[in-house]
Order: sequence, then C-alpha cells, then structure tokens
Amino acid sequence: MFFQNNINRNKYFFQNIIFLFFFLFPNISFAAGDTISYPKKDWSFSGIMGTYDRASQQRGLQVYQEVCSGCHGLRLVAYRNLKALGYNDEEVKAFAAENSVQDINEDGETIERPARSSDKFVSPYPNDLAARAGNGGAYPPDLSLIVKSRSGGADYLHALLTGYKDAPSNKNVPDGMYFNSYYQGNLIGMPQPLYEDGVTYADGTKATPAQMAKDVATFLAWASEPELEDRKRIGISVICFLLVLTILSYFAMRQIWAPIKSREKKTS
Amino acid sequence: MSKPKFKNPVVKWIDYRLPIFTFMDHELNHYPTPKNLNYFWNFGSLAGIALVTMIITGIVLSMNYTPHVDYAFDSVERIMRDVNHGWLIRYIHMNGASFFFIVVFIHIFRGLYYGSYKAPRELLWILGVLILLLMMATAFMGYVLPWGQMSFWGATVITNLFSAIPVVGESIVTWLWGGFSVDNSTLNRFFSLHFVLPFVIVGVVILHLVALHRFGSNNPIGIDVKGTQDTLPFHPYYTIKDLFGLGIFLTLFAAAVFFFPNFMGHPDNYIEANPMVTPAHIVPEWYFLPFYAILRAIPDKLGGVLFMFGSIAVLFILPWLDRSPVRSSQFRPIFKIFFWVLVLDCFLLGYLGAMPAEGIYVILSRIATAYYFFHFLILFPLLPYIEKTKPLPISISQPVLSGSYTAAISAAREKK
Repeated sequence: MFFQNNINRNKYFFQNIIFLFFFLFPNISFAAGDTISYPKKDWSFSGIMGTYDRASQQRGLQVYQEVCSGCHGLRLVAYRNLKALGYNDEEVKAFAAENSVQDINEDGETIERPARSSDKFVSPYPNDLAARAGNGGAYPPDLSLIVKSRSGGADYLHALLTGYKDAPSNKNVPDGMYFNSYYQGNLIGMPQPLYEDGVTYADGTKATPAQMAKDVATFLAWASEPELEDRKRIGISVICFLLVLTILSYFAMRQIWAPIKSREKKTS
Repeated sequence: MSKPKFKNPVVKWIDYRLPIFTFMDHELNHYPTPKNLNYFWNFGSLAGIALVTMIITGIVLSMNYTPHVDYAFDSVERIMRDVNHGWLIRYIHMNGASFFFIVVFIHIFRGLYYGSYKAPRELLWILGVLILLLMMATAFMGYVLPWGQMSFWGATVITNLFSAIPVVGESIVTWLWGGFSVDNSTLNRFFSLHFVLPFVIVGVVILHLVALHRFGSNNPIGIDVKGTQDTLPFHPYYTIKDLFGLGIFLTLFAAAVFFFPNFMGHPDNYIEANPMVTPAHIVPEWYFLPFYAILRAIPDKLGGVLFMFGSIAVLFILPWLDRSPVRSSQFRPIFKIFFWVLVLDCFLLGYLGAMPAEGIYVILSRIATAYYFFHFLILFPLLPYIEKTKPLPISISQPVLSGSYTAAISAAREKK
C-alpha cells in the first residue's frame, strides 16, 4: 500500500522515513547512560533564533574570572575572542595584561611577560599532574568545551552549580568530597563554588547563586560554541533559499511531468 | 540509437576525437528510464551527491588538520574557532556522514523491497554492498581523527575485535595499530586511509553505475522494460525529479548542520582522548549500532565478530538466497510483511546497540540477531515454495491484467 506506484502517496511516506531515522533513532540511542535529568532553563541562545545575552556573558566572564579560574582553565579561548562579548580592543588588552605567560626573549632566555590579546587564556596549573596535586587528586577539567562535552549542556552546568545539598543521612561523604544531587554518583570533588554575593557584579545585578550559575553557564556556552550566532543566522538564510528552490523545483517537476500524467490517466 | 547532433563546432571537434559528449548524451540525457519510478529511486543520486559533498569538505578539512595525538584534538578545535567558516565545513562533514548513511540505508532497503538485486542485476547489488563496506571502514576511521574520548575508545574496541581471530589475532591487532596500543601511528594510518578510501569508493561507484546502465533501473513493478513505451528519457523527467528530491534532502541536512549539529554525535567526543580514563559507555556512531548489537549478542568473542561480518556477508550472496522469480514485493504478499518485520528488526537492533549489554537487552539482542539471519538464510530461500504471488502485469504501460486484483478495482471504478 505504501510503496505503490503513486507519486502522491509516496511523497509522504518518503518524508516520514527520513523523519523516523533523523529524529526517533538518534534519540533512542542517546537515552543510554543518562539517568539524571536536569531542570530545563530558558536560555537566550536556545532555539533557532537564539543569541547570547551579552550582559549575562559579561557577568559570566566575571564569575569565571573570580571564582572558577582559580582551578579551571579555558585554554582554547583567546583573549581576543572576548571582543565577541562586546568589549573593545583596549578593554581586551587590559584584561589580558592582568595575566602573565612564559615566553622566550631575544637572548633565548625564558621570561615572564604580560599576556597579549592573541594569547589563549592562561591556565591556573602548568599541567594535569599539578592540577590534580593541587586539588586532592581530583582533576578540575578545562572549561573550554564543558557545555558541549556534557549531555544536558548548559542545563547540566546550571543544575550542577546549584545542586549542592546536605547529604542524606544514609550517604557517607568522605573527606574532600561533597554531595551534589546532579553529579553522577552524587559525590563530587569540587566544593560548592557559588555563594550569595560571591561576586559583586559591575552592573549591579544581584549575585544570587542561581544568577551566577546562569551567567557563567551562558559564558561557557559561548566558550564552547563561539560560532553559534553566526551559525543560526546563516542557517535561516540557507533554509529559506533551499525552501524556495525546493518549491520551485516541485512546480517545475509538475509541469514537466504533466503531459505524461495526463496520458497515463487516459489509458487507465 | 541516433547519433546526437552537436551544434557547437568545438564540441563537435572534440566529440569526433573523444566521444565524451556522445557518452554523456547517452547516459545522462537520452538514457531510457522506466517511467513508473517512485521517490525511493531518488536515493541513488542523493548518495552520489552526499559522497561528493564528503570528499570536497574532507579535502578542505585535511588542509587544516594535524594527524598527531598531541595536536589532532586542538587542530579540530582550531578549525571550529579560527579557520574562516571552519565550523561550517566541519559540521557539514560530520553530519554529512550521518546523512550519507541514512540515504544509503534507504537505498538498500528500497533494493530489498523491490528485488533490485535479482538477475540480471546481481553484480550491481554486490558492488553496492562493497560500497557499504568501504563506507563503514571510512566512517569508522574518520570518527577516530578528532581524537576525542569516543574516537579513541571506539578505535580501541573495534580494532581489538581482530584479536578474536585464532592464532594470529594478536599479531594482526599489533600490525593494525602499528604498535602496542591505539597511538600516534594508528592515528596517522587512519588519517591516510580515511583520505584515500573515498576515492576507492568513487571507483566502485563508477562500476556500480556502469552495471546500472547495462540494464537500466529496476522499477516498482519489478518487471522488465518491454519497449520505449515503458521508458522516459532521463532528462528532463528524472533530472527534475532528482532536483526536487535533492531540495528536500538539503533542507533537512541544512537544518541539522545549522541548528542541531551535534545531535547525532556523542558529547564525550569533545573531551580529548585519554588512555587512562575509560568512558562509562563506549557507543559507536548511530549507523553502526545495529552491527554493534549483533556483535554483543553473541556470548563468544570470535562468534560475535563472525556474526557481525556475517550480517554484511549475507547481503553479498542475497541474489542467490532469494529463489523467487518475482522481483517486486507488490506481488509478494507474505514477503512484504516480512520486509517490514526486517525493517523493525533493524531499528530494534539499532536501539539495542545503544543500550548497555545487560539483562533484557541481551535477550532481545539475541532474538533480533536470530531473526536477522533467519530472514536472510531461511526465509529468503524457502518463501518461494510457500508463497502464492499475485499475477504480474503484462508491462509497465499496461499494469492491468484481466482477472487480477488491480483489474477488479479499476473495473469497479469504471462502473461508477
């Protein structure tokens, strides 16, 4: 019935098959392993028209800088990339210069110099071993891709940062571990990072833990996907173009096939 | 066939010495194509376009990629962040792999449903299965290149399969790796092979097309073309139909690339490969999941490997497994039902491939695997002895045969 030699009927079936493969199949395959679900937040960058909230990004940068950067690096992001957050060249330069990087001078000597805009974010530890040693054996992951590399993305990050609770009495929390309701296994090596007024926002926004979590998640979502705004903007024009092309080619096809179709009708 | 008349003197001059224009005119313009093809016949040309897209984006990516364990991950991130529109090229390539497989899977199931593998198209089918195998090898090695966690652990699991081969297994694995674990030499050779295999695929695709054009396309009724009244020239009838299909395909493809680029990937692959940390679940790309399910369904390692490769091997001998002279399922009522059971079985295997190998999933995997092989090895050869096929039409142009089911319907329609 579906596969009969009938263009009009098959049209829908062919689309259905694609939808089946495209939506149902991968959905099922990723259901594996993730038993924790995270509260869905309303992100400015979700949806096909989504863009990053600049003010939130800037606040997020401040949270990263003042709270996270003590342990977590951001090695794939360059200071110059911060211009995307709305800072100008001078501000970026000044921001970069607060950090120092190792370099080699003209005489071949190793020196420390202030970071330039072209440098990547300076990591807090020289290597993974030092990072582990400094954190009781727990490795603080680099945050450059944290939103992309965790299922749940920004929702996960927000949930994790606000998920610190007192452990239930039956749960034994060893020294140097903390109870977090959204971490796999509930025991996390990172102490609760966000407290009421943990930072003083330059724009006067009240720094509640939820607000800070939202801001830093927005900032890190940008760090993971700096191309997101371009991507969605170009995507809309590309889809519009393709829809017009598809509709035009549909009518061209109808017209070209019209004599054949009318002849078929007469004979049957 | 009449010689085409070219007006352009340059074309004429060249064609006299090198009849390339005559060739194209025959194969792309006048090429007689059954007039009753439905949209499932769009997927061949779509697969060709997907292949070309993959090759072009792949070549551009290779210009910016570094096949070294210390730099591979960062060089991909550099493409994503610093190369102009590098993210676009990479997302097209990444999602292109998935869409290529979607298109090819539909193309294969179309062949199964309409009996396109039957005489005289056996070699056409076998070349197609060969393309599928090459695609799987290429896709597997391509997935290793970004050097994320899934890249590394996927490569480790899959290459380790060869260690199941008795006596020489371990040596083969060492030889494949170029060392004693998946490491820099593995990454280097995978890059090299991932670059060259697509061109091998192009070669086999050309053979696939030569075999296709020998007898032309099969059609939904599955009976041979009887004469020119049954065919239409490829251009403009099927060029425009293919263009329309391409429009729909590209729209869906663009939606994935621009709005859900990581939907079909695994988040763990954005964590750099670390031989010291094993991910909780090692899952291959979605298009390998049915095969992965078959592999894990068998309790013996060597057995699993044999069954997994066997699931492709049965496709090679399919033209001789199916004894029915009737091609199209439209005239095979029982076969048609089992066809859909097979489709569901493959979806089920795909689902099970993504689930942990424990409890009910193992039992279901075994049932689904058993059905897969039952379908090809027992059902195909035996069904023709039990099944009563419907009467075939005389020709594509005269689908009505007196006394047949379709005739009864059209007669009833006439009376009204």
